[in-house]
Amino acid sequence: MGWIEETTASIKSIQIRQALHQAVSLGMIVASALMIWKTLVCITGSESPVVVVLSESMEPGFSRGDILFLHMSRDPIRAGEIVVYNIDGRDIPIVHRVIQVHERQGTGEVDVLTKGDNNDGDDIPLYAPGLLVITSKD
Amino acid sequence: MHSLGYRVNALLAFAVTILALICGIASFSDNFNSPSPSAEVQVLNINRFRKKLTGDDEVSLTLNISANLESLFTWNTKQVFVFLAAEYETPNNALNQVSLWDSIIPSKERARFSIETTNKYRFIDQGSNLRGKDFNLTMHWHVMPKTGKMFADNLVISGFRLPEAYR
Repeated sequence: MGWIEETTASIKSIQIRQALHQAVSLGMIVASALMIWKTLVCITGSESPVVVVLSESMEPGFSRGDILFLHMSRDPIRAGEIVVYNIDGRDIPIVHRVIQVHERQGTGEVDVLTKGDNNDGDDIPLYAPGLLVITSKD
Repeated sequence: MHSLGYRVNALLAFAVTILALICGIASFSDNFNSPSPSAEVQVLNINRFRKKLTGDDEVSLTLNISANLESLFTWNTKQVFVFLAAEYETPNNALNQVSLWDSIIPSKERARFSIETTNKYRFIDQGSNLRGKDFNLTMHWHVMPKTGKMFADNLVISGFRLPEAYR
């Protein structure tokens, strides 16, 4: 019975104003972290400006667990550039290099084929069945 | 104010800040390097040139690639990724770039090379536009530093032409 009295005594001794102050400060910190993240998303123009490398398919350039900072630029994608993409419907971001580019006349839409530096084959097995290249829609 | 916890915290924060600064300076020092690489490519033979069942053209070539990329390396360079791309234009596509061969050069000692090889990756067009096509072979290199920003450049070697008929 003693501990119930002790607990109620300690609960009663909390000053409401101080507790509220601490809760609001915590809320402010979380909110500003969220704001900084969202601003980064806006500035870089990409949905996930910070990604982690998940496999060893880009050794020895990128090791598993490396953190990458990304930004979307307006320039069209060219061969040799390293891109990060998600296949439609899958959550895992894939970090690979572009080995083929086919850019349409006029619209500027680009079809690309990618491959990890350390993989023997290109990424066609990873794409949705039937796709030989991926475009910005995928 | 002088407990172990505070001291370790202060030390760690200072160390991380200095580390970030040093990485930034290392990356900046790469700007002072003015590279002068050279490269030469010859098409030794067109091994195969046909239209696949899907309707796309495919070419198989034997190439002689030689280059001297030593001037790209600085003390801050982890590796240089070099690849050779065939670039051409077709009625449907303003630009096509197909990578034929690539290699990772991990150190300055390996940066001067001359090899004879068939194309590592298949040269397949989107469609059937390659007969008699003029194309450039561009050697691209991407310098990946130990810390900092990657940069890339390329060297265009033009004047190649595919045969008018399949063989």
